[in-house]
Amino acid sequence: MTAASALLELRNLTCERDERILFARLNARFYAGQAVQILGPNGSGKTTLLRILAGVSRDYQGEILFHGKSIAELAWEFANDLLYLGHLPGVKKSLTPLENLRWYAALQGAVADEHLLASLAQVNLAGYEDTPCYQLSAGQLRRVALARLVFSKAKIWILDEPFTALDKSGITQLENRLIAHAEAGGLVLVTSHQDIHFPQLQILNLQDFAENSTVGGLSHG
Amino acid sequence: MAKSPSLFTATFRRDLLLAFRHKGEMINPLVFFLIAISMIPLGVGPDKDVLIRIAPGILWVMALLATLLSLDNLFRSDFDDGTLEQLLISPHPLYLSMLAKVLAYWLATGLPLMLMSPLLGVMLSLPSGAFIALCSSLLIGTAAMSLIGAVGAALTVGLRKGGLLISLIVMPLYVPILIFGASAVADAAQGNPFTMQLAVLGAILIMALLLAPIATAGALRVSVNG
Repeated sequence: MTAASALLELRNLTCERDERILFARLNARFYAGQAVQILGPNGSGKTTLLRILAGVSRDYQGEILFHGKSIAELAWEFANDLLYLGHLPGVKKSLTPLENLRWYAALQGAVADEHLLASLAQVNLAGYEDTPCYQLSAGQLRRVALARLVFSKAKIWILDEPFTALDKSGITQLENRLIAHAEAGGLVLVTSHQDIHFPQLQILNLQDFAENSTVGGLSHG
Repeated sequence: MAKSPSLFTATFRRDLLLAFRHKGEMINPLVFFLIAISMIPLGVGPDKDVLIRIAPGILWVMALLATLLSLDNLFRSDFDDGTLEQLLISPHPLYLSMLAKVLAYWLATGLPLMLMSPLLGVMLSLPSGAFIALCSSLLIGTAAMSLIGAVGAALTVGLRKGGLLISLIVMPLYVPILIFGASAVADAAQGNPFTMQLAVLGAILIMALLLAPIATAGALRVSVNG
Protein backbone atom coordinates (compact mmCIF):
# COMPACT_ATOMS: atom_id res chain seq x y z
CA MET A 1 0.00 0.00 0.00
CA THR A 2 1.17 3.52 -0.64
CA ALA A 3 1.77 6.10 1.99
CA ALA A 4 -1.13 8.21 0.73
CA SER A 5 -3.70 5.57 1.57
CA ALA A 6 -2.59 5.36 5.18
CA LEU A 7 -5.08 7.04 7.47
CA LEU A 8 -2.40 7.91 9.96
CA GLU A 9 1.33 7.72 9.50
CA LEU A 10 4.12 8.31 11.98
CA ARG A 11 7.51 9.30 10.64
CA ASN A 12 10.58 9.25 12.82
CA LEU A 13 8.57 10.06 15.88
CA THR A 14 10.84 10.62 18.86
CA CYS A 15 9.80 11.62 22.31
CA GLU A 16 12.06 12.67 25.11
CA ARG A 17 10.97 13.16 28.69
CA ASP A 18 13.29 14.49 31.37
CA GLU A 19 16.34 13.73 29.23
CA ARG A 20 15.21 10.15 28.83
CA ILE A 21 14.22 8.95 25.41
CA LEU A 22 10.89 7.14 25.61
CA PHE A 23 10.85 6.01 22.03
CA ALA A 24 12.95 6.97 19.05
CA ARG A 25 12.51 6.87 15.27
CA LEU A 26 9.06 5.39 15.56
CA ASN A 27 7.73 4.70 12.07
CA ALA A 28 4.31 3.22 11.61
CA ARG A 29 1.36 3.36 9.25
CA PHE A 30 -2.19 2.87 10.36
CA TYR A 31 -4.90 2.09 7.85
CA ALA A 32 -8.66 2.35 8.00
CA GLY A 33 -10.08 -0.94 9.21
CA GLN A 34 -7.22 -1.69 11.57
CA ALA A 35 -7.26 -2.30 15.28
CA VAL A 36 -3.85 -1.79 16.85
CA GLN A 37 -2.84 -2.55 20.40
CA ILE A 38 0.09 -0.54 21.67
CA LEU A 39 2.19 -2.63 23.99
CA GLY A 40 4.98 -1.86 26.35
CA PRO A 41 5.83 -2.09 30.04
CA ASN A 42 4.87 0.62 32.51
CA GLY A 43 6.63 3.85 31.75
CA SER A 44 7.49 2.93 28.18
CA GLY A 45 5.52 5.85 26.80
CA LYS A 46 2.21 4.30 25.72
CA THR A 47 0.13 7.06 27.23
CA THR A 48 2.58 9.67 25.96
CA LEU A 49 2.31 8.28 22.44
CA LEU A 50 -1.47 8.34 22.55
CA ARG A 51 -1.47 11.89 23.91
CA ILE A 52 0.82 12.95 21.09
CA LEU A 53 -1.37 11.25 18.48
CA ALA A 54 -4.49 12.84 19.95
CA GLY A 55 -2.91 16.27 19.81
CA VAL A 56 -2.99 16.81 23.57
CA SER A 57 0.78 16.90 23.78
CA ARG A 58 2.97 18.54 21.18
CA ASP A 59 6.20 17.59 22.84
CA TYR A 60 7.77 15.44 20.12
CA GLN A 61 10.07 15.38 17.14
CA GLY A 62 9.12 13.83 13.86
CA GLU A 63 6.00 13.95 11.79
CA ILE A 64 2.44 12.75 12.07
CA LEU A 65 0.59 12.53 8.78
CA PHE A 66 -3.15 12.30 8.39
CA HIS A 67 -4.31 11.24 4.91
CA GLY A 68 -0.71 11.87 3.80
CA LYS A 69 -0.64 15.47 5.04
CA SER A 70 0.76 16.88 8.23
CA ILE A 71 -1.80 17.15 11.03
CA ALA A 72 -1.00 20.83 11.40
CA GLU A 73 -2.22 21.32 7.86
CA LEU A 74 -5.39 19.30 8.33
CA ALA A 75 -5.90 20.28 11.97
CA TRP A 76 -9.65 20.82 11.72
CA GLU A 77 -10.36 17.67 9.74
CA PHE A 78 -8.14 15.65 12.03
CA ALA A 79 -9.76 16.95 15.21
CA ASN A 80 -13.18 16.26 13.69
CA ASP A 81 -12.25 12.68 12.90
CA LEU A 82 -10.74 11.89 16.26
CA LEU A 83 -12.11 10.51 19.47
CA TYR A 84 -9.66 10.38 22.33
CA LEU A 85 -10.36 8.71 25.64
CA GLY A 86 -7.54 9.35 28.04
CA HIS A 87 -6.83 7.51 31.24
CA LEU A 88 -8.81 10.26 32.96
CA PRO A 89 -12.40 9.44 32.10
CA GLY A 90 -13.35 13.06 31.35
CA VAL A 91 -16.57 12.79 33.29
CA LYS A 92 -17.74 15.57 35.59
CA LYS A 93 -18.72 13.98 38.88
CA SER A 94 -21.27 16.56 39.94
CA LEU A 95 -23.16 16.28 36.67
CA THR A 96 -25.43 13.43 35.66
CA PRO A 97 -24.38 11.04 32.87
CA LEU A 98 -26.84 12.68 30.49
CA GLU A 99 -25.51 16.17 31.25
CA ASN A 100 -21.97 14.92 30.68
CA LEU A 101 -22.90 13.43 27.33
CA ARG A 102 -24.73 16.58 26.27
CA TRP A 103 -21.49 18.50 26.53
CA TYR A 104 -19.66 15.88 24.49
CA ALA A 105 -22.45 15.97 21.94
CA ALA A 106 -21.83 19.69 21.54
CA LEU A 107 -18.10 18.99 21.15
CA GLN A 108 -18.67 16.99 18.01
CA GLY A 109 -21.73 18.56 16.44
CA ALA A 110 -25.39 17.74 16.64
CA VAL A 111 -26.66 14.75 18.60
CA ALA A 112 -30.25 14.61 19.82
CA ASP A 113 -31.07 13.74 23.40
CA GLU A 114 -32.80 10.50 22.36
CA HIS A 115 -29.51 9.32 20.86
CA LEU A 116 -27.68 10.13 24.07
CA LEU A 117 -30.22 8.20 26.12
CA ALA A 118 -29.94 5.28 23.73
CA SER A 119 -26.14 5.43 24.05
CA LEU A 120 -26.41 5.27 27.81
CA ALA A 121 -28.76 2.30 27.53
CA GLN A 122 -26.21 0.58 25.27
CA VAL A 123 -23.55 0.74 27.96
CA ASN A 124 -26.03 -0.60 30.54
CA LEU A 125 -26.60 2.71 32.24
CA ALA A 126 -30.34 2.95 31.52
CA GLY A 127 -31.99 4.22 34.66
CA TYR A 128 -28.90 6.16 35.74
CA GLU A 129 -29.43 9.12 33.38
CA ASP A 130 -30.26 11.49 36.18
CA THR A 131 -28.06 10.12 38.96
CA PRO A 132 -25.14 12.42 39.80
CA CYS A 133 -21.92 10.75 38.65
CA TYR A 134 -20.32 10.88 42.10
CA GLN A 135 -22.84 8.23 43.13
CA LEU A 136 -21.67 5.87 40.39
CA SER A 137 -18.97 3.23 40.74
CA ALA A 138 -15.62 3.45 38.96
CA GLY A 139 -16.80 0.98 36.32
CA GLN A 140 -19.99 2.91 35.73
CA LEU A 141 -18.02 6.15 35.37
CA ARG A 142 -15.91 4.44 32.73
CA ARG A 143 -19.12 3.37 30.99
CA VAL A 144 -20.32 6.98 30.91
CA ALA A 145 -17.12 7.89 29.08
CA LEU A 146 -17.47 4.87 26.79
CA ALA A 147 -21.02 5.88 25.87
CA ARG A 148 -19.32 8.50 23.70
CA LEU A 149 -18.15 5.71 21.41
CA VAL A 150 -21.76 4.80 20.64
CA PHE A 151 -22.80 8.13 19.14
CA SER A 152 -19.40 9.22 17.88
CA LYS A 153 -18.92 9.79 14.17
CA ALA A 154 -15.14 9.98 14.47
CA LYS A 155 -13.08 7.61 12.36
CA ILE A 156 -10.00 7.38 14.56
CA TRP A 157 -10.49 6.10 18.07
CA ILE A 158 -7.57 6.55 20.45
CA LEU A 159 -8.28 4.77 23.70
CA ASP A 160 -5.97 4.70 26.68
CA GLU A 161 -6.69 1.74 28.94
CA PRO A 162 -10.40 1.68 28.13
CA PHE A 163 -10.91 -1.66 29.86
CA THR A 164 -9.94 -0.37 33.32
CA ALA A 165 -12.58 -1.04 35.97
CA LEU A 166 -14.98 -2.73 33.54
CA ASP A 167 -16.63 -6.02 34.46
CA LYS A 168 -16.44 -9.09 32.23
CA SER A 169 -19.57 -8.37 30.23
CA GLY A 170 -18.48 -4.77 29.87
CA ILE A 171 -15.13 -5.88 28.45
CA THR A 172 -16.77 -8.21 25.92
CA GLN A 173 -19.18 -5.46 24.93
CA LEU A 174 -16.38 -2.97 24.41
CA GLU A 175 -14.32 -5.48 22.44
CA ASN A 176 -17.28 -6.07 20.14
CA ARG A 177 -17.76 -2.35 19.71
CA LEU A 178 -14.09 -1.87 18.78
CA ILE A 179 -14.20 -4.77 16.30
CA ALA A 180 -17.36 -3.36 14.74
CA HIS A 181 -15.73 0.04 14.41
CA ALA A 182 -12.66 -1.39 12.70
CA GLU A 183 -14.83 -3.48 10.38
CA ALA A 184 -16.83 -0.40 9.47
CA GLY A 185 -13.64 1.23 8.22
CA GLY A 186 -12.51 2.97 11.37
CA LEU A 187 -9.14 2.88 13.06
CA VAL A 188 -8.74 1.79 16.67
CA LEU A 189 -5.56 2.49 18.62
CA VAL A 190 -5.73 1.07 22.08
CA THR A 191 -3.47 0.39 25.03
CA SER A 192 -4.31 -2.27 27.53
CA HIS A 193 -2.50 -4.52 29.93
CA GLN A 194 -4.95 -7.32 29.46
CA ASP A 195 -5.29 -9.55 26.42
CA ILE A 196 -7.72 -8.24 23.89
CA HIS A 197 -9.67 -10.80 21.92
CA PHE A 198 -9.71 -9.42 18.43
CA PRO A 199 -9.63 -11.55 15.31
CA GLN A 200 -7.18 -9.27 13.52
CA LEU A 201 -5.45 -7.37 16.23
CA GLN A 202 -2.14 -5.81 15.34
CA ILE A 203 0.56 -5.06 17.83
CA LEU A 204 2.84 -2.08 18.08
CA ASN A 205 5.44 -2.79 20.71
CA LEU A 206 7.05 0.35 22.01
CA GLN A 207 9.97 -1.62 23.37
CA ASP A 208 11.10 -2.14 19.78
CA PHE A 209 11.55 1.61 19.54
CA ALA A 210 13.26 2.17 22.82
CA GLU A 211 16.63 3.85 22.62
CA ASN A 212 19.39 1.99 20.69
CA SER A 213 16.89 -0.28 19.05
CA THR A 214 16.12 -0.05 15.37
CA VAL A 215 14.53 -3.40 14.63
CA GLY A 216 10.88 -4.24 14.88
CA GLY A 217 7.71 -2.64 13.67
CA LEU A 218 4.10 -3.46 13.15
CA SER A 219 3.46 -7.18 13.39
CA HIS A 220 0.47 -9.41 13.44
CA GLY A 221 -0.51 -10.69 16.86
CA MET B 1 -34.21 16.25 15.32
CA ALA B 2 -33.33 18.60 18.14
CA LYS B 3 -30.01 20.19 17.38
CA SER B 4 -27.35 20.24 20.05
CA PRO B 5 -26.26 23.70 21.09
CA SER B 6 -22.93 25.05 19.98
CA LEU B 7 -19.91 24.32 22.11
CA PHE B 8 -19.98 27.89 23.42
CA THR B 9 -23.51 27.55 24.76
CA ALA B 10 -22.93 24.01 25.97
CA THR B 11 -19.78 24.93 27.89
CA PHE B 12 -21.40 28.07 29.26
CA ARG B 13 -24.45 26.14 30.42
CA ARG B 14 -22.40 23.30 31.88
CA ASP B 15 -20.17 25.65 33.86
CA LEU B 16 -23.12 27.59 35.26
CA LEU B 17 -24.74 24.31 36.25
CA LEU B 18 -21.50 23.24 37.94
CA ALA B 19 -21.30 26.57 39.77
CA PHE B 20 -24.78 26.02 41.15
CA ARG B 21 -23.97 22.45 42.16
CA HIS B 22 -20.91 23.74 44.06
CA LYS B 23 -22.55 26.59 45.88
CA GLY B 24 -19.87 26.63 48.56
CA GLU B 25 -17.14 27.57 46.10
CA MET B 26 -19.37 30.30 44.74
CA ILE B 27 -20.27 31.74 48.13
CA ASN B 28 -16.76 31.64 49.63
CA PRO B 29 -15.47 34.82 47.96
CA LEU B 30 -18.71 36.63 48.79
CA VAL B 31 -18.46 35.69 52.45
CA PHE B 32 -14.83 36.82 52.46
CA PHE B 33 -15.86 40.14 50.90
CA LEU B 34 -18.63 40.61 53.46
CA ILE B 35 -16.56 39.69 56.51
CA ALA B 36 -13.48 41.65 55.49
CA ILE B 37 -15.45 44.82 54.81
CA SER B 38 -17.54 44.57 57.95
CA MET B 39 -14.32 44.25 59.99
CA ILE B 40 -12.98 47.59 58.73
CA PRO B 41 -15.31 49.92 60.72
CA LEU B 42 -14.63 47.80 63.81
CA GLY B 43 -10.89 48.11 63.38
CA VAL B 44 -10.65 51.70 62.17
CA GLY B 45 -13.43 53.08 64.33
CA PRO B 46 -16.80 54.50 63.29
CA ASP B 47 -15.47 57.97 62.43
CA LYS B 48 -17.43 58.89 59.32
CA ASP B 49 -14.82 61.16 57.75
CA VAL B 50 -12.12 58.51 57.96
CA LEU B 51 -14.41 55.81 56.59
CA ILE B 52 -15.52 57.92 53.63
CA ARG B 53 -11.90 58.60 52.79
CA ILE B 54 -10.83 54.97 52.81
CA ALA B 55 -14.08 53.33 51.57
CA PRO B 56 -13.36 53.40 47.79
CA GLY B 57 -9.92 51.88 48.20
CA ILE B 58 -11.01 49.28 50.74
CA LEU B 59 -14.02 48.16 48.69
CA TRP B 60 -11.92 47.78 45.58
CA VAL B 61 -8.99 46.02 47.26
CA MET B 62 -11.33 43.55 48.94
CA ALA B 63 -13.22 42.89 45.69
CA LEU B 64 -9.88 42.22 44.02
CA LEU B 65 -8.76 39.81 46.75
CA ALA B 66 -12.13 38.05 46.68
CA THR B 67 -11.71 37.52 42.94
CA LEU B 68 -8.22 36.11 43.47
CA LEU B 69 -9.60 33.70 46.06
CA SER B 70 -11.73 31.81 43.56
CA LEU B 71 -9.46 32.01 40.50
CA ASP B 72 -7.70 28.74 41.17
CA ASN B 73 -10.96 26.83 40.72
CA LEU B 74 -11.51 28.07 37.20
CA PHE B 75 -9.68 25.25 35.41
CA ARG B 76 -8.71 22.99 38.33
CA SER B 77 -11.59 20.52 38.17
CA ASP B 78 -11.54 20.41 34.36
CA PHE B 79 -7.84 19.60 34.53
CA ASP B 80 -8.32 16.91 37.17
CA ASP B 81 -11.15 15.03 35.48
CA GLY B 82 -9.77 15.18 31.94
CA THR B 83 -12.46 17.36 30.34
CA LEU B 84 -9.86 20.06 29.78
CA GLU B 85 -7.82 17.94 27.36
CA GLN B 86 -11.04 17.01 25.57
CA LEU B 87 -11.78 20.70 25.15
CA LEU B 88 -8.27 21.40 23.86
CA ILE B 89 -8.39 18.75 21.14
CA SER B 90 -11.89 19.62 19.96
CA PRO B 91 -12.15 21.06 16.46
CA HIS B 92 -13.93 24.16 17.76
CA PRO B 93 -12.15 27.49 18.25
CA LEU B 94 -10.66 27.61 21.72
CA TYR B 95 -11.16 31.37 21.90
CA LEU B 96 -14.91 30.89 22.16
CA SER B 97 -14.76 28.03 24.67
CA MET B 98 -12.45 30.07 26.88
CA LEU B 99 -14.80 33.03 26.62
CA ALA B 100 -17.72 30.78 27.61
CA LYS B 101 -15.85 29.49 30.64
CA VAL B 102 -14.82 32.96 31.82
CA LEU B 103 -18.31 34.35 31.22
CA ALA B 104 -19.86 31.62 33.36
CA TYR B 105 -17.20 32.14 36.01
CA TRP B 106 -17.81 35.89 36.06
CA LEU B 107 -21.57 35.43 36.36
CA ALA B 108 -20.99 33.14 39.33
CA THR B 109 -18.37 35.25 41.15
CA GLY B 110 -17.86 38.75 39.74
CA LEU B 111 -21.50 39.70 39.26
CA PRO B 112 -22.59 38.73 42.82
CA LEU B 113 -19.62 40.73 44.17
CA MET B 114 -20.79 43.75 42.25
CA LEU B 115 -24.39 43.29 43.40
CA MET B 116 -23.30 43.03 47.01
CA SER B 117 -21.04 46.08 46.93
CA PRO B 118 -23.70 48.82 47.57
CA LEU B 119 -24.68 47.09 50.81
CA LEU B 120 -21.07 47.10 51.94
CA GLY B 121 -20.74 50.68 50.75
CA VAL B 122 -23.43 51.60 53.24
CA MET B 123 -21.43 49.92 56.00
CA LEU B 124 -18.47 52.17 55.13
CA SER B 125 -20.81 55.19 54.97
CA LEU B 126 -20.07 55.77 51.31
CA PRO B 127 -22.13 58.78 50.11
CA SER B 128 -25.11 57.76 47.99
CA GLY B 129 -23.74 59.64 44.99
CA ALA B 130 -20.89 57.12 44.72
CA PHE B 131 -23.02 53.98 44.41
CA ILE B 132 -23.46 54.22 40.66
CA ALA B 133 -19.71 54.68 40.26
CA LEU B 134 -19.03 51.75 42.60
CA CYS B 135 -21.37 49.38 40.78
CA SER B 136 -20.41 50.36 37.26
CA SER B 137 -16.67 50.32 37.98
CA LEU B 138 -16.96 46.92 39.68
CA LEU B 139 -19.13 45.60 36.84
CA ILE B 140 -16.46 46.44 34.27
CA GLY B 141 -13.56 45.76 36.62
CA THR B 142 -14.58 42.27 37.77
CA ALA B 143 -15.18 41.23 34.16
CA ALA B 144 -11.71 42.40 33.17
CA MET B 145 -10.20 40.76 36.26
CA SER B 146 -11.91 37.44 35.43
CA LEU B 147 -10.52 37.50 31.90
CA ILE B 148 -6.99 38.42 32.99
CA GLY B 149 -7.12 36.07 35.96
CA ALA B 150 -8.00 33.19 33.63
CA VAL B 151 -4.54 33.52 32.05
CA GLY B 152 -2.92 33.11 35.47
CA ALA B 153 -5.19 30.20 36.34
CA ALA B 154 -4.35 28.53 33.03
CA LEU B 155 -0.62 28.96 33.57
CA THR B 156 -0.68 27.41 37.04
CA VAL B 157 -3.29 24.68 36.61
CA GLY B 158 -0.63 22.07 35.89
CA LEU B 159 1.09 22.71 39.20
CA ARG B 160 -0.14 20.92 42.26
CA LYS B 161 -0.05 24.07 44.37
CA GLY B 162 -0.63 27.05 42.16
CA GLY B 163 -2.50 29.20 44.67
CA LEU B 164 0.23 31.64 45.61
CA LEU B 165 1.78 31.70 42.16
CA ILE B 166 -1.50 32.82 40.60
CA SER B 167 -1.55 35.86 42.89
CA LEU B 168 2.01 36.74 41.96
CA ILE B 169 1.33 36.45 38.24
CA VAL B 170 -2.00 38.20 38.23
CA MET B 171 -1.55 40.93 40.88
CA PRO B 172 0.63 43.27 38.79
CA LEU B 173 -1.89 43.02 35.95
CA TYR B 174 -4.69 43.97 38.33
CA VAL B 175 -2.96 47.16 39.49
CA PRO B 176 -4.25 49.47 36.72
CA ILE B 177 -7.78 48.16 37.21
CA LEU B 178 -7.52 48.78 40.94
CA ILE B 179 -6.17 52.31 40.50
CA PHE B 180 -8.81 53.45 38.02
CA GLY B 181 -11.64 51.58 39.76
CA ALA B 182 -10.91 53.02 43.18
CA SER B 183 -10.31 56.47 41.78
CA ALA B 184 -13.69 56.40 40.00
CA VAL B 185 -15.43 55.70 43.29
CA ALA B 186 -13.34 58.26 45.18
CA ASP B 187 -14.11 60.98 42.63
CA ALA B 188 -17.80 60.13 42.68
CA ALA B 189 -17.79 60.29 46.49
CA GLN B 190 -16.53 63.87 46.26
CA GLY B 191 -19.15 64.74 43.68
CA ASN B 192 -16.71 64.91 40.74
CA PRO B 193 -17.28 63.28 37.37
CA PHE B 194 -15.83 59.79 36.96
CA THR B 195 -16.42 59.04 33.28
CA MET B 196 -12.71 59.19 32.46
CA GLN B 197 -11.91 56.33 34.84
CA LEU B 198 -14.83 54.26 33.52
CA ALA B 199 -13.62 54.84 29.97
CA VAL B 200 -10.15 53.56 30.88
CA LEU B 201 -11.66 50.54 32.62
CA GLY B 202 -13.78 49.91 29.56
CA ALA B 203 -10.69 50.08 27.35
CA ILE B 204 -8.93 47.58 29.62
CA LEU B 205 -11.95 45.29 29.43
CA ILE B 206 -12.00 45.41 25.63
CA MET B 207 -8.28 44.67 25.47
CA ALA B 208 -8.77 41.77 27.86
CA LEU B 209 -11.74 40.46 25.87
CA LEU B 210 -9.68 40.41 22.71
CA LEU B 211 -6.40 39.09 24.04
CA ALA B 212 -6.93 37.18 27.29
CA PRO B 213 -8.84 34.18 25.86
CA ILE B 214 -6.06 33.65 23.30
CA ALA B 215 -3.40 33.80 26.01
CA THR B 216 -5.50 31.51 28.21
CA ALA B 217 -5.83 28.93 25.46
CA GLY B 218 -2.08 29.03 24.81
CA ALA B 219 -1.28 28.74 28.51
CA LEU B 220 -3.62 25.76 28.86
CA ARG B 221 -1.86 23.96 26.01
CA VAL B 222 1.44 24.42 27.84
CA SER B 223 -0.04 23.28 31.16
CA VAL B 224 -1.67 20.17 29.71
CA ASN B 225 1.50 19.28 27.81
CA GLY B 226 3.58 18.84 30.97
